[in-house]
Amino acid sequence: MKTNLEYKAEFLNPDMPEIPYSTLNLGPTHPATHGIFQNVLKMDGERIISGEQTIGYIHRAFEKIAERRPFYQITVLTDRLNYCSAPINNIGWHLTVEKLLKIEIPKRVDYMRVMVMELARIADHLICNSILGVDTGALTGFTYVYQMREKIYEIYEEICGARLTTNMGRVGGFERDFTPKVFDLTRTFLIEFPKVWRQFENLLSRNRIFMDRTIGTGPISVERALNYGFTGPNLRAAGIDYDIRSSDPYCSYEEFKFDIPVGTTGDTYDRFVVRNEEIWQSLSLVEQAMQKIETCENGIFHADEDRYYLPPKQEVYRNMEALIYHFKIIMGEIEAPKGEVYKAVEGANGELGFYLISDGGRTPYRLHFRRPCFVYYQAFPEMVQGQMLSDAIVIMSSMNVIAGELDS
Amino acid sequence: MSITNEEIISYIETNLGSVFEVQQDNYGVLTAEVPVHQLYKLVNFLYKDLTYKFNNLVTLCGVHYPDNKGKEIGAVYHIQSMTHRILIRFKVFAPIEKPELPSLTGIYAAANWMERETYDFYGIQFLGHPNLKRILNMDEMTDFPMRKEFPLEDPYRQDKSDFHFGR
Amino acid sequence: MNSQIQMTEAPPGVEGQGFFATRLDSVVGLARKNSIWPLPFATSCCGIEFMATMASHYDLARFGSERMSFTPRQADLLMVMGTIAKKMGPVLRQVYEQMAEPRWVIAVGACASSGGIFDTYSVLQGIDLIIPVDVYVPGCPPRPEQIIDGVMRIQDLIGKESIRRRNSEEYKKLMEEYMIK
Repeated sequence: MKTNLEYKAEFLNPDMPEIPYSTLNLGPTHPATHGIFQNVLKMDGERIISGEQTIGYIHRAFEKIAERRPFYQITVLTDRLNYCSAPINNIGWHLTVEKLLKIEIPKRVDYMRVMVMELARIADHLICNSILGVDTGALTGFTYVYQMREKIYEIYEEICGARLTTNMGRVGGFERDFTPKVFDLTRTFLIEFPKVWRQFENLLSRNRIFMDRTIGTGPISVERALNYGFTGPNLRAAGIDYDIRSSDPYCSYEEFKFDIPVGTTGDTYDRFVVRNEEIWQSLSLVEQAMQKIETCENGIFHADEDRYYLPPKQEVYRNMEALIYHFKIIMGEIEAPKGEVYKAVEGANGELGFYLISDGGRTPYRLHFRRPCFVYYQAFPEMVQGQMLSDAIVIMSSMNVIAGELDS
Repeated sequence: MSITNEEIISYIETNLGSVFEVQQDNYGVLTAEVPVHQLYKLVNFLYKDLTYKFNNLVTLCGVHYPDNKGKEIGAVYHIQSMTHRILIRFKVFAPIEKPELPSLTGIYAAANWMERETYDFYGIQFLGHPNLKRILNMDEMTDFPMRKEFPLEDPYRQDKSDFHFGR
Repeated sequence: MNSQIQMTEAPPGVEGQGFFATRLDSVVGLARKNSIWPLPFATSCCGIEFMATMASHYDLARFGSERMSFTPRQADLLMVMGTIAKKMGPVLRQVYEQMAEPRWVIAVGACASSGGIFDTYSVLQGIDLIIPVDVYVPGCPPRPEQIIDGVMRIQDLIGKESIRRRNSEEYKKLMEEYMIK
């Protein structure tokens, strides 16, 4: 056992070899990583030199399961990809199947879908920004803002019955019409939420401590971001206004009026502010969707396609054709054409894509999820190089990596 | 002004010659099957090209067709031009005894993990990849689970016996 | 005396002037059950419902769990929330072994209890294959009220636990089955 003086003599010895870098395991179970992924960081004191990532700790083999399930049972799996904003995943999947089956969707269903998707986007950005606050030490924002997420949960419950993993909608529309209570709850939400969000913004956006911690941490240049395949708020914070809702509109987004907030340096503060602004845009979209629903004919909540959407029960008991369709849809034996489809929606984290190869059978031949978190998390070692350890936590939190989406 | 698929095909053919075989697609996306040795050249040309600017690798996934003898394992690339809003799809196939494809990490940094995932699921070796090892499954696994012959359920589990589940 | 303050029930015992005689088990159980320090091992969707349970609407802190300890060395209750894949199994096992006695485990959600909807090659079909579990909370994901119900059942278990339980033959046999030293 060496004594203290011996250690000190060794340290001050000029002939001693170079002190090697230290390794720190930002392990799979860590309070600040939102989900389980591991980063082994090589550090020089407090600065990070490089990082090696291990993911796959929650790999649930969605793509393999999807090869054994008929189309309507895969909605349940898509919920659990980005579980903070489950309706966007569900509706994205339904849009993919509708593209494959070439189903026309009525306008009212489109507006209802827009309303639900924008509420989900608000819910996801809420979590991301408030947890960014928690990671820098501001716990108050989280508790105030989470109450609003409970209000969104109430709206989901009224529409589909579940809070988090919603399994919302069907191929061709929704399973039931929106009750008046949904619109009442949404109107109350649209009145109460802006006040809470304004309070949260006042707490953090011009807060000296928060700005010092987040400005300049984890910047990424536009060329590197594009090369890494960034999409969504992370790319918009770097400077490119690419949004699938405007470049390749689906669900009648071309009729809505919204702006796309864009940052400059791609650092953490830009990502925070871009997400804040997107929440304001989503609020305006929800309002516009509700107004547009009122102009439509009442009562339509699904496409008029008996082959793919369950016929109403009165018809099933009277009509032979309806009975056959009901049977076929439940057993999953719908007539899907052979072909392949790629459809992308603007998820809360970026471009959520579904690549579906169908061979005419009841289950997909191959289903691949293009998950935005998986694609942009690769850039994390590059963003973190040269920063300090506490910055690494803040960068990871601002990128909004969700473990369910990372490992499918 | 929207750019049609025929324009792109003729542009590529005038510059590179006949490098791929266009397939029919009912949904309007230019789909082509590319032989293995032409892939890197084609993607590099499209990346550096300033007319169309295909600068975004959207996704890369594997497929397994056990019935196509000699071309069982393949990879499907979706490449997109953000400025002109075009999506094209390339398919590359290789025999199952020797599934080797060139790696695109030199062109797109996004291809790094996507190729690791495809290797993990299908066993495709990407030549030139800096760090080709398993990413989502356990490192000790020797099989490639997304191939069609691999079963979905774990055969050693005790509580969900096939008899009671009707399998 | 403010009549809105709720006091917990005193255990049965003999009371006199300046003394209260009861069983040691009851007093220790009472103290332990109202001050549980949980370790939230949140992996997936159930973790978000846990965040909702911890937030102000369904406050879990009123049950004594104000401080979430993220280090196993200082935690009493391991709350496993979410799917545990086979890759994560050794990590979970290591975290459990690092906890000091007395320790309890609650499996929140269908995935932690039995594998859930993911009957695949890569998901562990229930965490009771690797660690002993005290309470299972079903649901996908369970509502915050259900998670609180699970915590209350743990509180019942803790309150009624005998002091000699951890040294008994049955407990030692249980630990041997799981090969935990």
